Amino acid sequence: MPEKARPPRFQLADAVFFNLTRGAAFLVLALLTGIILSLVHGSWDSITHFGYNFIFSSSWDPVAEEFGAWRPIQGTLITSFIALLIAVPVSFGIALFLTELAPAWLRRPLGIAIELLAGIPSIIYGIWGLFVVAPILMDGLPIKLGESVLFTIPPIQPWLTEATSGIPLIGKLFDGPPFGIGMFTAGLILAIMIIPYIASVMRDVFEIVPTMLKESAYGLGATTWEVVWNVVLPYTRSGVIGGIMLGLGRALGETMAVTFVIGNSYDAIESLFHPGNSIASILANEFAEASAALHYGALIEMGLILFLITFVVLSCSKLLLLRLQKGDGSHS
Amino acid sequence: MTATSSTPKLAVRSLNFYYGNFHALKNIHLDIPEKKVTAFIGPSGCGKSTLLRTFNRMYDLYPKLRAEGEILLNGENVLNSQTDLNMLRAKVGMVFQKPTPFPMSIYDNIAFGVKLYEKLSRAEMDDRVEWALQKAALWNEVKDKLRQSGLGLSGGQQQRLCIARAVAVKPEVLLLDEPTSALDPISTAHIEELVHELKQDYTIAMVTHNMQQAARVSDITAYMYLGELVEVGGTDQIFTKPARKETEDYITGKFG
Amino acid sequence: MNQSLYLRRRLINGFNLTMSTLTMLFGLFWLSWILFTLFSNGLSAINLDVFLHDTPAPDSEGGGLRNAIFGSLMMAAGGTAIGTPIGIMAGIYLAEYGQRGWLAPTARFINDILLSAPSIVIGLFVWIAYVQHVGHFSAWAGSFALALLVIPVVLRTTENMLRLVPHSMREAAYALGAPRWKVVTAVTLRASKAGVLTGILLAVSRISGETAPLLFTALNNQFFSADMNAPMANLPVVIFRFAMSPHDNWIKLAWAAALIVTLAVLALNIIARVLLKKDQA
Repeated sequence: MPEKARPPRFQLADAVFFNLTRGAAFLVLALLTGIILSLVHGSWDSITHFGYNFIFSSSWDPVAEEFGAWRPIQGTLITSFIALLIAVPVSFGIALFLTELAPAWLRRPLGIAIELLAGIPSIIYGIWGLFVVAPILMDGLPIKLGESVLFTIPPIQPWLTEATSGIPLIGKLFDGPPFGIGMFTAGLILAIMIIPYIASVMRDVFEIVPTMLKESAYGLGATTWEVVWNVVLPYTRSGVIGGIMLGLGRALGETMAVTFVIGNSYDAIESLFHPGNSIASILANEFAEASAALHYGALIEMGLILFLITFVVLSCSKLLLLRLQKGDGSHS
Repeated sequence: MTATSSTPKLAVRSLNFYYGNFHALKNIHLDIPEKKVTAFIGPSGCGKSTLLRTFNRMYDLYPKLRAEGEILLNGENVLNSQTDLNMLRAKVGMVFQKPTPFPMSIYDNIAFGVKLYEKLSRAEMDDRVEWALQKAALWNEVKDKLRQSGLGLSGGQQQRLCIARAVAVKPEVLLLDEPTSALDPISTAHIEELVHELKQDYTIAMVTHNMQQAARVSDITAYMYLGELVEVGGTDQIFTKPARKETEDYITGKFG
Repeated sequence: MNQSLYLRRRLINGFNLTMSTLTMLFGLFWLSWILFTLFSNGLSAINLDVFLHDTPAPDSEGGGLRNAIFGSLMMAAGGTAIGTPIGIMAGIYLAEYGQRGWLAPTARFINDILLSAPSIVIGLFVWIAYVQHVGHFSAWAGSFALALLVIPVVLRTTENMLRLVPHSMREAAYALGAPRWKVVTAVTLRASKAGVLTGILLAVSRISGETAPLLFTALNNQFFSADMNAPMANLPVVIFRFAMSPHDNWIKLAWAAALIVTLAVLALNIIARVLLKKDQA
């Protein structure tokens, strides 16, 4: 038998390969650190100049170099909140449909269709929202077959304003000019954009519920809804909340769609139909045109605030999902 | 190298093995003679596969596993931290419970291991591939489709491909870890025949859950229980007049 | 048995399950509406000129998207070329070397966050770290920003796909005396080839429509440019600028661009899924 010689290149190649892959993994960490450090560095002028006031000040005047982030922060939170309000129940319904109701052959194509909704670029939602959705919210839409009008979708905004006008507080929310664009429209478009994210997490976590657990509930005579509400949902609670947080994280940082339909106004927000702005929309609109150092600083500081908020939200989401995975492991 | 050698090919001395805190192998002493088939039998979880996987230090891939003691291959301790694992594994080949063809052609599956340690010309490599496939009794079935994926073969053929792949690098020892557990009876018979052929050239250590198989193919049988080596001896002797009561109970089916 | 209670339970069940079906239709409704809008506005705007002419100047007639299509292809290629190797290498580390130590779990956590982090912040980062230093917008800057979006997608799919490779296959390769780099590159990576390719396609699909990170990295360019060191036109930013403009021919081009981008993105998405399914079958 010939004596085998170990090629010396093995040891070297192994070391090189290991360090290359480790370096790449390290780069991911460096990327996060780099983003935070560079944002802090870039906004240093603004941080030292305005201090904490920056967050709570509502002024935004590039000429006088007075900058405050309150309005865009408000706008970001309100639009994301509207989005969650719509998206969470809808996503839950979709996940329920995909896991419990849909016939097996339909699950995959329908699941893919919903995921494609997530694949459509943000800017497409924007242009569609501006040219199609906003006019309908404002003026309604007659549905025509040939020349004759079959029926008319009512102008939703004026209708909502009227319907809620007598109710205290809520009436105020839906009061205001029916421009079509504004916080409400932005929230609605955001909801459609985050539905696929929340729905697919919910579907995935619903699927990990042990069949035996569900069967034992059915065995007691529970209805499908009772099984989902009393067994599936409690079992997957942390995963479901994780999915919602993921959707929130997406909504907070969503830029192009919001920029198209939010109205881009710095005025005080009086109602949901009022135009406003969000952190991301301000960055998209103003950053390339900024010139003064302080203006740049203020914009970057807003980016930093946005990044930190989404970082916290997404971390919570991830931790909740990890908890479900671990819990699942110990159950089985 | 002579066919009969008084010094064992592999000598296990005071071997202890741990999975974290779990003591999986307890003070094992064993000689594995050259060009013989040594079979390990015993109930599931007795440590026979674990023992086999210490011979080529496969356990090293996983954290929290450790072995203490000595395993001498040609007189050199393979548990030594200076042991070159790649070299060791090139000398001690292994075939697993389930067929593990690589996602490449039949030819490349065989050539993969050879190319690691030898620089062969195109023609030499062709010869080597044919030789290995002949050894594994697979040549006639695949000679016309060497360029096709190894995943397209039947289970029994895949396992013989894996044996050919292990043989192609010309190891000194061949470890077979329940090589027929996933196969049908006909493929099993093929593999058993093959083991018989292969011991002309190789030292074979084999784990099996099938006692008849051990009786059919091995020269030496070792019975293990709960991490201990209960008894080892000539296969005839173990199956006809075992020295220990526990071995007899297991073999006669009173237990396990 | 209490009949009225049972009836009530059945009614609740029926109502809620109907609502669930309606939400599914609600989701599909938006998808079809968006696609319908894109086709009805975009198809009429697409003609040969779109591919042969560059973006028009204000108050000029006609024009096309040639420069923007070219720019989008260049930057998507650049971003993929830079991001993919890093993503694959890091994915290998997490899947193959990640059993021990703190780096792998930390990197996995951070990567999942970067996967969903606002892309406009990535644009800001590249502006601060690169554009500001070289002093001008450029296609390279755009490619860097896109690469940073490619990495998390590719990393995640690579890791997941490598983890699906059975351990026995790795062991079999090690048992032949193969060194680790050889086991990974020639066996495990090869076994998960289709999956990794899916990840790359999904990443390309994601960056093809990304606008925010390009706004202040690649900016835009009214003219055709192949200079990676200069601002470059690209479809998403053209959509943004043109859709908000008062010129009719610009708005028309924005719809054409929107249809092209969406078709490309959806096609990549579907190809990726088909590829993965074929591999798993």
